[in-house]
Amino acid sequence: MKIIVCIKQVPDTTDVKINPETNTLIREGVASIINPFDMYAIEEGVRLRDRFGGEVTVITMGPPQAQEALREAIALGADKAIHLSDRLFAGSDTWATSLILSKAIDKIKDFDLVICGKQASDGDTAQVGPGIAAHLNMPQATYVRRIDTIHLDSNPQVMVVERLLEEGYELLELELPALITVVKEINEPRMPSLRGKMNARKFQIPVWNNSDLNIESNQIGLEGSPTRVVKIFTPPAKQGGKIFDGDPAESVKQLVEEIKDIL
Amino acid sequence: MSGIKVILKKCVGCGLCINVCPTQAISLKDKKAVIDLDKCTLCGACPSSCKFEAIVIERQKVVINEDISSYKGVWVFAEQRDSQISSVVFELLAKARVLASELNTYVGAILIGEKIKDQAKELIYRGADKVFVVDSPGLKHYISENYTKVIAGLAGKYKPEIILAGATTTGRSLVSRIAVTLYAGLTADCTGLDIDPKENILIQTRPAFGGNIMAQIISPNFRPQMATVRHKVMPEAEVDKSRKGQIIEEDFDENSLDKRIKFLDFIKEAVSTVNLAEADIIVSGGRGLGDAKNFSLIEELAEALGAAVGSSRACVDAGWIPYSHQVGQTGRTVCPKVYIACGISGQIQHLVGMQSSKIIIAINKDPEAPIFKVANYGIVGDIFKVIPLLIKSLKDMRSGVSVK
Repeated sequence: MKIIVCIKQVPDTTDVKINPETNTLIREGVASIINPFDMYAIEEGVRLRDRFGGEVTVITMGPPQAQEALREAIALGADKAIHLSDRLFAGSDTWATSLILSKAIDKIKDFDLVICGKQASDGDTAQVGPGIAAHLNMPQATYVRRIDTIHLDSNPQVMVVERLLEEGYELLELELPALITVVKEINEPRMPSLRGKMNARKFQIPVWNNSDLNIESNQIGLEGSPTRVVKIFTPPAKQGGKIFDGDPAESVKQLVEEIKDIL
Repeated sequence: MSGIKVILKKCVGCGLCINVCPTQAISLKDKKAVIDLDKCTLCGACPSSCKFEAIVIERQKVVINEDISSYKGVWVFAEQRDSQISSVVFELLAKARVLASELNTYVGAILIGEKIKDQAKELIYRGADKVFVVDSPGLKHYISENYTKVIAGLAGKYKPEIILAGATTTGRSLVSRIAVTLYAGLTADCTGLDIDPKENILIQTRPAFGGNIMAQIISPNFRPQMATVRHKVMPEAEVDKSRKGQIIEEDFDENSLDKRIKFLDFIKEAVSTVNLAEADIIVSGGRGLGDAKNFSLIEELAEALGAAVGSSRACVDAGWIPYSHQVGQTGRTVCPKVYIACGISGQIQHLVGMQSSKIIIAINKDPEAPIFKVANYGIVGDIFKVIPLLIKSLKDMRSGVSVK
């Protein structure tokens, strides 16, 4: 089974401090990590490969430093990694990003399944996974919490997945090749192995730029992105929360007095 | 080519931009900001952080091939399950009415399903002027591929200028596909939608980084302008049975169904009585509960309030409660009217999932717990003492009210 996992490098939230006076984030010196949801995507890819054979290729789009995320993915068990990096890609919104990733997947050509994390922790859009599926005209299942069955010897090859919804889950059958986005419930990611770490050190990560992918430059970067950020601002901090720290019975009485009209 | 630059004459070297850069691309050199283009992703965070307008992102002039002024109408995707229209749709209709009157256009609703036509009236009562109904057995269950085909087809035919959907698991998966198909701009998870009166374009406001930053996003040169909107942020449209509207039935060719994907079954989760996304009140438990069996305390409080039960990551990881209840970065993002955090310290990963809630109440024994920083009301105390008192007090209050 040939699996492609799309990952993103994001700032580590645990590292971000908040300036209490201005309520702004202090991003300086914050480390970068693999997007938490993508860890489950990598793990699921590696588990499927271990079960069915084949290989896991991890791809990411990002500036040169994003290579670190790919190395970590190899340490976690991925077989190959490809880095999509070009100044022309900078400024891409979810539309353009999903186009770039889909062109890379198209170029890899031989694959059965694409796995993405449900969403990235910095943008929180959950749009790139379905976007890739749309660009490639592939069936998709988002918010997958479990892969129930995979039939690789049937024609066509199919898989049945559980898709997590607000009020339960649904069972979907997808023909392969397909794209899924996964939630945390799907597995428990492993730690990098010693052998994985050695592989990661040695692995030569190919860099594909836009001349490899051959996308019209007006479809990528700022030009190709339908959306644009006009303003970013910090909402005012919650001011003067009322904290009751006396006798529990008294505190509860005070609280109920305060909130009785809103409940 | 587009790019970013620092206008050296304007830059005073204050360094404000350094803190907002998510990729560590900015540093100060000779008291001026310098942007490392190898690290910069042109995300747009720094220009608005600069008080001196010293950082600009330059764009090439976009050539628009199509006359975008021919796009009219504010559309709402009427999400439904088993012919029950989701309440987020009524919130969207209220917003769509406001936007449509500012744009001097109509409100459209897209209703897709099987034997669904009867629901069209409900959408008109709630503010739709036109309801586009696509009723076919193959569309009974939501399938992204099929629904995308239907809506992209309708949008191509009628050219709406705006399409809104709820930021639900269905809405987010669906419109991402439609936006790609139509080459349209899409903004996820909006909490604010306004019309720029000068340009007549949609200004979409959304929390980023869990609500610590708000971003305003536009899509000036592409149509339709698309957004998913968070549940429970906007008020529902009132029912007005005197409203009149047009029901437009569209044909659907069952042969065009995507055969590569099949809906097999839907399994309703038995544990929760109220789902997190729909809940006005959420009571969440954290590590402070100490043991799985103590979650009954949270459930009891939730019951007294008619609330849904949430959880911090710690309890899910410990196996005390299923993952579907997890609130936070690797769980769900919620914004109920009232969020009650019990025994939750308030790590940033939890805060990003709930700090947009309108009222936050924290109960924790540690007065230094970060949860109190975002709380409107807090009780410093032992949850095992405080919660039973609170339940009793709420019950007394309820019965007191009913006696009156």
